[in-house]
Amino acid sequence: MTDTPHIEEDAAVASSDAPVEAAGESAAAARLREHDVWVAGTEEPEWIANATDEGAQEMLPRDLDPALQVQRGVVVDDDYLEEETIVDDERQIINMGPQHPATHGVLRLHMELEGETIRRVKPIIGYLHTGMEKTAETLPYMAGGTNVTRMDYLSPLNNELCFSLVVEQLLDVDIPPRAQAIRVLMTELNRISSHLIWLATFGMDIGALSMMIYGFRERESVLDFFEKVTGLRMNHNYIRPGGVAADLPPGWEDDVEGIFDVVRAGLDDYQDLLNGNPIFLDRTQGVGVITPAEAQQYGATGPIARAAGVNFDLRKAFPYSGIENYEFDVPLGKHGDVFDRYLVRTEEIRQSIRIVEQVLETMPAGDYRTDDRKVTPPPRKRIDESMEALIHHFKLFTEGFKVPVGEAYQAVESPRGELGMYLVSNGSAKPWRLHVRTPSFATVQALPVMLTDLIVADVIATLASLDPVLGDVDR
Amino acid sequence: MSEETTPQEELEAAEAEGVVEDVPVRDLPDDPILAPLAEAFPDATFTSFQPRSGPRQDTVTVPRDDLVAFVQAVHDAGFETFVDVCGVDHLNREPRYDVVINLLSMEHVQRLIIKVGLPGDDPTIPSITSVYAGANFYERETWDLFGIVFEGHTDLTRILLPDEWSGHPLRKNYNVGSVPVQFKGSHKSS
Repeated sequence: MTDTPHIEEDAAVASSDAPVEAAGESAAAARLREHDVWVAGTEEPEWIANATDEGAQEMLPRDLDPALQVQRGVVVDDDYLEEETIVDDERQIINMGPQHPATHGVLRLHMELEGETIRRVKPIIGYLHTGMEKTAETLPYMAGGTNVTRMDYLSPLNNELCFSLVVEQLLDVDIPPRAQAIRVLMTELNRISSHLIWLATFGMDIGALSMMIYGFRERESVLDFFEKVTGLRMNHNYIRPGGVAADLPPGWEDDVEGIFDVVRAGLDDYQDLLNGNPIFLDRTQGVGVITPAEAQQYGATGPIARAAGVNFDLRKAFPYSGIENYEFDVPLGKHGDVFDRYLVRTEEIRQSIRIVEQVLETMPAGDYRTDDRKVTPPPRKRIDESMEALIHHFKLFTEGFKVPVGEAYQAVESPRGELGMYLVSNGSAKPWRLHVRTPSFATVQALPVMLTDLIVADVIATLASLDPVLGDVDR
Repeated sequence: MSEETTPQEELEAAEAEGVVEDVPVRDLPDDPILAPLAEAFPDATFTSFQPRSGPRQDTVTVPRDDLVAFVQAVHDAGFETFVDVCGVDHLNREPRYDVVINLLSMEHVQRLIIKVGLPGDDPTIPSITSVYAGANFYERETWDLFGIVFEGHTDLTRILLPDEWSGHPLRKNYNVGSVPVQFKGSHKSS
């Protein structure tokens, strides 16, 4: 250690507020004496005492924990049974994740347990943060869709739709009716595929392993259709500002009807399999309850709020993309528990099929994107004939189109809840700021409210019932 | 932007008619829920933006000293659902930062966006976690990415970035940077 004096200097400079090491021994040397294993029969070493320290993510003292303070208050129902007599020594802190298979990615739950009872939970996120909001500021609007579609990778078309709508709020373009109908068709099919994969992973998490295979099998029929229409199974960049990227392929009606048959038959089977299954009911009913007031306080939306009885669907409240032209019902739960979320989601699949059926019947003819050449490229054959078309094409793919100065917020009902985008434009061809309000971020935040005083096994069921997508949480 | 030009046009029209007053024109919303709020908070500036499609977008700019009282009043007026908090960095503008709070009333089917301008040398703002518990993670995210300090937040730590990260990446003066690669010239320093 003595032949590396520069390490000591670096350490001293880097940690000026840390206690100064004793002269003659570097920090590295001190660390070498510490051990996390001990060979029996030898002298007991100095233990690495801080190996499991949480650093800044340490749990707060109990009287400071905001989740608890809110629950003790009057705003939110008081379902937290904090007992003053509990000695701290009887509690232990256990980490679930970030590598746990039931956390749907890289979520870490920092749990304070008393025996098997959960007293407190702190979700720790950020393991999948890739700076997509910063990336969005460097991509022109034409390419922005490729970025946002990767956030929530299970409902990419909803992300693209939200991005397109928020850009179109500031642009002055009309979207043709056919483009709007295609958007509704694709996003509702996406809702079906997303809920199916939720059913698959949810079933697997609580032990119904065959559900995993069934859900993925049925979802495949939707993804095959997506591949036929967009060219890709995921991350489509199909819905773009101004319309959609391409028209539906010939024979798409038959493909969509094929999806109906597969999904309907599958849904009936699942409900036969699960609805009366006593183990399934035991593990889901009365578990992970959230009240309507709590859901509103924490911004939990979508199926989670609707399972609690909050009658709010953005497709009904703030209709977008012509979805008000189609008839559908909003399923509501009563108890706000895991089982009601399952019921709400399965019914939402049926309602989405209902919407898609109507789209099938009423698909208008016409253009699949706006003919405003400042926003969408001209048809390929026009480029050979028209100078303007060539110029438009060149300008669009080199500079992109400019969006007028302004700020806009647009929300769509993603399969997970309210997906919102807040766009600030300074008049250039790239967003000045694009903030994405993702539904999973809010629902993961509400997790402690649902989990307190349950047992460890309920964590898996509750977490799975939220349908979190960690790419959506961390962005 | 239409919400800014509308009062401007009104002012010009008034000028043309020769009825210019010294009192600045204050847009009072005619909305039944927002109007009492506008009366109770004279420093709040209401603007409204009607996009080509979709609902009207109401925005209110509040000085930061009034924020918690205003948010409490908005909450009591029926905006029970917390939606979003985010930051915006307008690099060469004063106030440099905006904190944008997005609230929703499911009962009245209405949104309200609250904006608070913050100076670049003192980006602090009172936390609204006492009113909306859901603001907790969102304020941590805004602190993490913009360095905006939420006073009164009990656990203002980094949420998306690692604890040892330095800097706040969504600030406009934080460079994207690059990683050295094998080929010369493809790596631009800083």
